[in-house]
Amino acid sequence: MNELVFFVNKVLVAGTVIGSIYALGAVGVTLVFGILRFAHFAHGDLMTAGAFAALAGAAGLHALGVSTPLPIGFVALPLAMIATALLAMGLDRTFYRPLRERGARPIVLVMASIGVTLMLQGLVRLFAGTAPRSFFTGERKDIFHIALPFDLADRPIIVTEPQVLLVLLTAAAVVALHYFLTRSRLGKAMRATSDNADLARVSGIDTELVARTTWIIAGGLAAAGGTMLSLDVTLKPDLSFSLLLPIFAAAIVGGVGQPYGAIAGGFLVGFAETLSVFNWSVLLRVLAPVLPETVEIPTKLAFVPPEYKIVVPFFILVVVLVWRPTGIFRGRVL
Amino acid sequence: MNRLAVRELALLAGLVVMVGLIQAWLGTAYTLRMLVEASCYAILALGLGIQWGYGGLFNVGVVGFVALGGFASVLLSYPVNEDFLNSGSAAELARVGLYAVLGIAVVFAISRLHRLGVPRGLCTAATIAAAAAVYLVVTTALDPVAGEIEANAGFVGGLGLPAWTGWLAGGALAGLVAWPIGRICLGLRSDYLAIATLGIAEIIKAFLKNADWLTRGTLTVSPLPWPVPTPDEVGFVWARAGYLCLTAAMVVAIYVLLERAYRAPWGRMMRAIRDNEVSAAAMGKDVNRRRLEIFVLGSILIGIGGAALVSFVRIFDPAGFLPLNYTFLVWVMVILGGSGNNLGAIVGALLVYIIWTLSEPAALLLFDALRDLGDAWFGWDAPSDLQSRALQMRVFVIGLTITLVLRFAPRGVLPERAPRHEQVGPR
Repeated sequence: MNELVFFVNKVLVAGTVIGSIYALGAVGVTLVFGILRFAHFAHGDLMTAGAFAALAGAAGLHALGVSTPLPIGFVALPLAMIATALLAMGLDRTFYRPLRERGARPIVLVMASIGVTLMLQGLVRLFAGTAPRSFFTGERKDIFHIALPFDLADRPIIVTEPQVLLVLLTAAAVVALHYFLTRSRLGKAMRATSDNADLARVSGIDTELVARTTWIIAGGLAAAGGTMLSLDVTLKPDLSFSLLLPIFAAAIVGGVGQPYGAIAGGFLVGFAETLSVFNWSVLLRVLAPVLPETVEIPTKLAFVPPEYKIVVPFFILVVVLVWRPTGIFRGRVL
Repeated sequence: MNRLAVRELALLAGLVVMVGLIQAWLGTAYTLRMLVEASCYAILALGLGIQWGYGGLFNVGVVGFVALGGFASVLLSYPVNEDFLNSGSAAELARVGLYAVLGIAVVFAISRLHRLGVPRGLCTAATIAAAAAVYLVVTTALDPVAGEIEANAGFVGGLGLPAWTGWLAGGALAGLVAWPIGRICLGLRSDYLAIATLGIAEIIKAFLKNADWLTRGTLTVSPLPWPVPTPDEVGFVWARAGYLCLTAAMVVAIYVLLERAYRAPWGRMMRAIRDNEVSAAAMGKDVNRRRLEIFVLGSILIGIGGAALVSFVRIFDPAGFLPLNYTFLVWVMVILGGSGNNLGAIVGALLVYIIWTLSEPAALLLFDALRDLGDAWFGWDAPSDLQSRALQMRVFVIGLTITLVLRFAPRGVLPERAPRHEQVGPR
């Protein structure tokens, strides 16, 4: 049973955590892709910028002498989400909207978003340095050891406080997004614009308002994802490029323009990553007494070594593009 | 003489004056080094320029193809590693290679079974299962061999062939990698190509960095051979001058060939596809096939340019391939120089590379001055990693340049000049 607990710790917990992060990022990417019709490459840096905003907010709260039972970075999260939403709107207004109004080709917007990526990266590293940072300098990270009630396993299941908060936050975000998109007028307008922008415009929908809302949601969720990832591990300024490919893969697997698809895609990519770097011989060893002598179980049997983890989202992306470019949830192919 | 020709001449004259000033200020050897690197970047810019300017394709993986070019140079032209050949590992490696070839043959055969009447679904499932099994067998067989090579011989070494074979192989390898990517993504919108090239570049970098048995990984390989006499033989100035002659000749040759292609029916067809895909398809042009052609051709040029660039530096360092120094710098060269204009790509490459090399000391000077001022006026306690932060300023400037050029001068300094054909016969 210890092997099973190991599996739960290494795959279920880790996959849920990284899947939630990817889902939070992919929702923003898929909304921008569906409504504004371009692949927003600066999303990874929006997440990094959001995490740094939370770090600054946490430092501010700490200086004010605020102390809470929750991690202080989590308490600062709403501030970071607002700041990042404003940042996303500002970026749209200064860099993307003029191109959109000029009627530039969508690929030009993609290039502009890469320019924005570099600007954000340069600014973050200029002001915050290039070294990784931790949110937990002034306080301790709570780690829960859940001992199993039966005797078969003596190892506990280990989760940390940020991980629990992350899963709760993702669930809350999904529910809120669902109600917003299906019940509110603005949410319905967003879905209409995503389905057919021209038709939405002639029906009297204010597409600029829709674009602004999209950026607010995308920015807020990006900040949440970035902050929670940095609370779980550390805050690295070069986070963005390693996040970008899994997030795009998640958005495309789920179907471009489909927020639920993006959430499913995020978990799919997250679990695929953890399952393929997991050392399967740990589980196979249990079978050793049953198997004949001639079968030798290798000490290391993983599909992909951890340093090649980036191959997994790429592989998923390629498979989806070959077999079903619309994604699981029948999104669009632009 | 029209206005564009005047602008081209003025830009070229400005470049010559700039190079002359740098030569007077920093010396001949430094100037030659800068020019050689700039001409290698010009080859990269030409390759990316035809992908973007002729085909409208957005390749964000330049750094991956550059790394592949460098890797091919190492593999073909680095001296033979006797330790590796004399140890038993060479035979072991050949055995693993044989496994891989056999495995691929088996998988391919299974994937063709549907021709013999096996149901499609079953055939696909069997192919996937066979591919996974072959992959696991080959990787588990490779692991101990790789460890043995690293322990006994360091790495596999090269083949000891002349340097130019490595450059050609670099182009071929880059083209080989580009082909499947293009096949998968070119039927879809170019956003997907951008995402896929970004991914493949990261994968190539991860592979070259971690496959220690093949590339020595972070230990780096040096010195790489040159196709011309090296500085050890004839001194810095003459060696670099020789290298510059070679790369400059390559730039000119590639430029002339590309210009001919641009004016030929092939180039006209490419522009037609880029400007109006639907009508080109309606005229019977195979849009995806042509795009694949231009994507592979551009990647081959990038691979050759990358091999030349890495060979010149003489160190193959897989950890040194940063997207910023290759992908995005080359992008700035292409869009600033003028997309669709090959002369623009070359001028952009020279101009941007000179500014880029000068910007490093400039950024450090600026930030040192800022620190002194801040210290003197406000008692500002500067962070200790100010130097590494100062260099990040350049990242910001590159990004700002891209966005500004796209917004205010989308056609670049030297815009595309579509050739006008004289009307023949009565209207």
